[in-house]
Amino acid sequence: MQKVRGDLLNISKLKVVFYTYRGIIKALNGVELWMNKGERLGIVGETGCGKSVTALSIMGLIEQPGEIIEGDILFEDKLLTSMEENSLINIRGKEISMIFQEPNAALNPVMKVGFQIAESIGKVKKKKIGKEVYAEVRRMLEIAGLDWERTINLYPHELSGGMAQRVMIAMALSSNPKLLIADEPTSALDVTIQAQILELLDELVKKLGNAVILITHDMGVAAEFCDKMAVMYAGNMVEYARTTNIFENPHHPYTRGLLKAVPKIGRTDELQSIQGIVPDLVNPPSGCRFHPRCEHAMKICRKDFPPLVEIKSGHYIACYLYGKEDIQNADT
Amino acid sequence: MLNTVKNIRQKGKIKLFLEQRKPIIEDWKHTYYLWKSTPLAMIGTVIIFIFLTIAIFAPLLTSYSPTEQFMEERLLPPSSQHLFGTDQYGRDIFSRVVYGARIEVWIIFIVSIISVMIGIIVGITAGYFGGVVDEILMRMTDMFLAFPRLILAMVLTAVLGPNLTNTMIAISLVDWTVYARLGRAEAMKVKSQPYIEAIRAVGAKDLRIIVFHVLPMSISPVIVQLTLRMGTIILTAAGLGFLGLGAQPPTPEWGAIVSDGRSYLVDQWWISTFPGIAIAFVVLGFNLLGDGIRDILDPRLRR
Amino acid sequence: MPTLKVKEEAKNLISIEHLKKYFAVKQGLFSSAKYVKAVDDISFNIPKNSVFGIVGESGSGKTTIGRTILRLIEPISGVIRYLSTDITSLNARELRIFRRKMQIISQDPYNSLHPRKLIKNIIGECLQIHFKLSSEEIYQRVKDILKQVGLREEHMFRYAHEFSGGQRQRIAVARALVLKPEFLVLDEPTSSLDVSVQAVILKMLKSLKRDFSLTYLFITHDLAVIDYMADYMAVMYLGQIMEIGSKNDIFLSPRHPYTLLLLNSIPNPDPRKKKKRVLPKGEIPSPIDPPQGCRFHTRCPYIKDKCVKEEPEIRELSKGHLVKCHFPLG
Repeated sequence: MQKVRGDLLNISKLKVVFYTYRGIIKALNGVELWMNKGERLGIVGETGCGKSVTALSIMGLIEQPGEIIEGDILFEDKLLTSMEENSLINIRGKEISMIFQEPNAALNPVMKVGFQIAESIGKVKKKKIGKEVYAEVRRMLEIAGLDWERTINLYPHELSGGMAQRVMIAMALSSNPKLLIADEPTSALDVTIQAQILELLDELVKKLGNAVILITHDMGVAAEFCDKMAVMYAGNMVEYARTTNIFENPHHPYTRGLLKAVPKIGRTDELQSIQGIVPDLVNPPSGCRFHPRCEHAMKICRKDFPPLVEIKSGHYIACYLYGKEDIQNADT
Repeated sequence: MLNTVKNIRQKGKIKLFLEQRKPIIEDWKHTYYLWKSTPLAMIGTVIIFIFLTIAIFAPLLTSYSPTEQFMEERLLPPSSQHLFGTDQYGRDIFSRVVYGARIEVWIIFIVSIISVMIGIIVGITAGYFGGVVDEILMRMTDMFLAFPRLILAMVLTAVLGPNLTNTMIAISLVDWTVYARLGRAEAMKVKSQPYIEAIRAVGAKDLRIIVFHVLPMSISPVIVQLTLRMGTIILTAAGLGFLGLGAQPPTPEWGAIVSDGRSYLVDQWWISTFPGIAIAFVVLGFNLLGDGIRDILDPRLRR
Repeated sequence: MPTLKVKEEAKNLISIEHLKKYFAVKQGLFSSAKYVKAVDDISFNIPKNSVFGIVGESGSGKTTIGRTILRLIEPISGVIRYLSTDITSLNARELRIFRRKMQIISQDPYNSLHPRKLIKNIIGECLQIHFKLSSEEIYQRVKDILKQVGLREEHMFRYAHEFSGGQRQRIAVARALVLKPEFLVLDEPTSSLDVSVQAVILKMLKSLKRDFSLTYLFITHDLAVIDYMADYMAVMYLGQIMEIGSKNDIFLSPRHPYTLLLLNSIPNPDPRKKKKRVLPKGEIPSPIDPPQGCRFHTRCPYIKDKCVKEEPEIRELSKGHLVKCHFPLG
């Protein structure tokens, strides 16, 4: 086990592959990630960067044809990567909860919503579904901002996207998990609904004190919600820092490229694109996977993936432009 | 073929053609690989291959004419001279069965073409245009579907007159409904795809869209169904032939041959049995091949 | 080939007047017919060589309006003018000729190209439909237009599935431009693309507009993209336009509560701004049964009695800046 950097979660050298007819997809290439209790971490990246795979790995949900071939995931003092399924079940949904982009996909279409929430509470608290549990259901729906009388008898397809996501949040937080993983929770929602859901999540998590990992491709969402951000590219984490530092002082060429490419209201300078395209993960570039698109690429970038370096307090980067010796000269 | 792309100017026309079609070729290679790994499909293909070979090379395989009667050699059991024996008119059963294969091939060919053509035209038109057109065409289809197939075929042949051509028409008129439904379902799926909307936006006429876009995309499941149904086509034709509604004597259609031997089943079993085995054999072959094709095509879709 | 003569002096390329499109919703035998009022009495003008943006959420009708203007969906009433020609009254043959001038690029790059045709044929077919050209001429034009969108000659000989999302959108743009249109409807062209790819495509769209003197109708839910691309914009809600004007007017001084709420909903990393802002409440109503009076009243934080009873008139607050609200802000 490498350096333990956070007191809640530590992911070290995580490598995940998927076996397909086209070849082996090297989805995660030695991911390093960590967070502390009660923190909010945003994982940002584009398609194929591995953010969802990382989340699934934490939950122990990587199944055939996928496999974790290397690395450790340490949750508090438990090594998740070496645990059996029956022990993981006790953590999943209880200490670590997850919500997904498509809430309806996680709900049973032929069961009333109220019953499903009751079921999940019952499992968590090991109670029979009865008056007590339903009182809990009602409380949760109210907290989620829903009209509980109406909602409890609806079927999932009768819920709008926003309502369904509120139900999911209620269910996920019902066990008061130490860690909530939200995988693109608002990407399928309208802008005004997205704002409401983020606000709800913010309020609830503030009260309960859960740690949150928010996975998104929208840097604005991550910026608003998270204290810290991790930028991922093609299976690696390339930059990790406090949100303000990522925006005001991005160091990794990819992070800089991303920020220059995002349109923003009131922005006056021209958008700039990153040359090249996202790599094929069956035959990824050697060494640092960003090197074919990087204007600062050096010979060493092709050899091995750069080690994670702390250039300033709390600001980490995986790039040969910033070796250990360059900590002083980090601000370009 | 235009060779104006500099780096491929040196290659010959055939190579250029193949290179442009590379994805389709890869597709076929993959299909071949899958076919080789599906034993049922292979067995089915082999059977059908034998069937077709026999049909094509009929004259080379037989020493007797299928219709010539040798009254001195009536009702002879299978021997080295007459592999399948002879019937009550002294005709060599082997020759009749072998030449009968030709008739079966002909039947399958004509019925396939007619039924698929009618089915696709009706189905795709209904699926693409929807609304009233769809309603009318589908009610028509339902009408045909409501009748038990064999009865309908019998009625049609009786009305039109019992001969081989009418048998084929009758079976086609009963079979097309299946392809119509399939074609309609596929057309409805394809019609709502963005690339169809895009070509409409360019200003393509409906006919062009149907013929060049909807049709090619809808035809695969129809072909699969057709292969699965070929066995049934033969059985129906044989059934009609058996009842005397099909090919008339002395045409050696298998069903008719089986019928010929009806009164002689006990003592001269070979007259009915060998054509019966031939029918079973070929139907089995088509069924295995059809199942194999369906299996090959299906999981591939889950790439 | 017959052509339609069109007067060139008009300043507006496209004029929409009282456009309506309703979709019937299937009901049982005994209930009265219900309609999704997707586009409910919309009027606006698109000046030549401008980018007109339409912004809205689910149920706003923004997708329907793009297609209705091109008559890919037939409006139930209203007039669409292309320069001075009323295209709603054209017959099929005349409309087909007009289609050369107006094209569409849709949201889904994965299904907008025929999966079994070579790119060469997908684009070439557009030319074949309208012109009688030799195969060499078609080849040349396809090659040229692919170059314009940043692709190479050899890409002609490939199939759609061999390209990434961004490249497919480029091909869709090439297909739209090969007929040399004047007007393009872009329906969420970059919503399914990654951020870095979006930047490339948006920049390309801007430069193509310059090079080919195009006019765009740009439909999206993303206000930041509208800010980058559009000169004018309209904010739609449940089938109606709530606010319309130049982009700068609307972003600098939004006058409709919905516009303000939309702007507030955009995630903002500045913690101070976050605390003060007003957010919309409630869900977006269904377009089948839009609220009476002002359609936005169920979610409006500034609601008054009048808003529930009466549908607001459209008022012009300053030149070109119109709002549909009883009590516009500011």
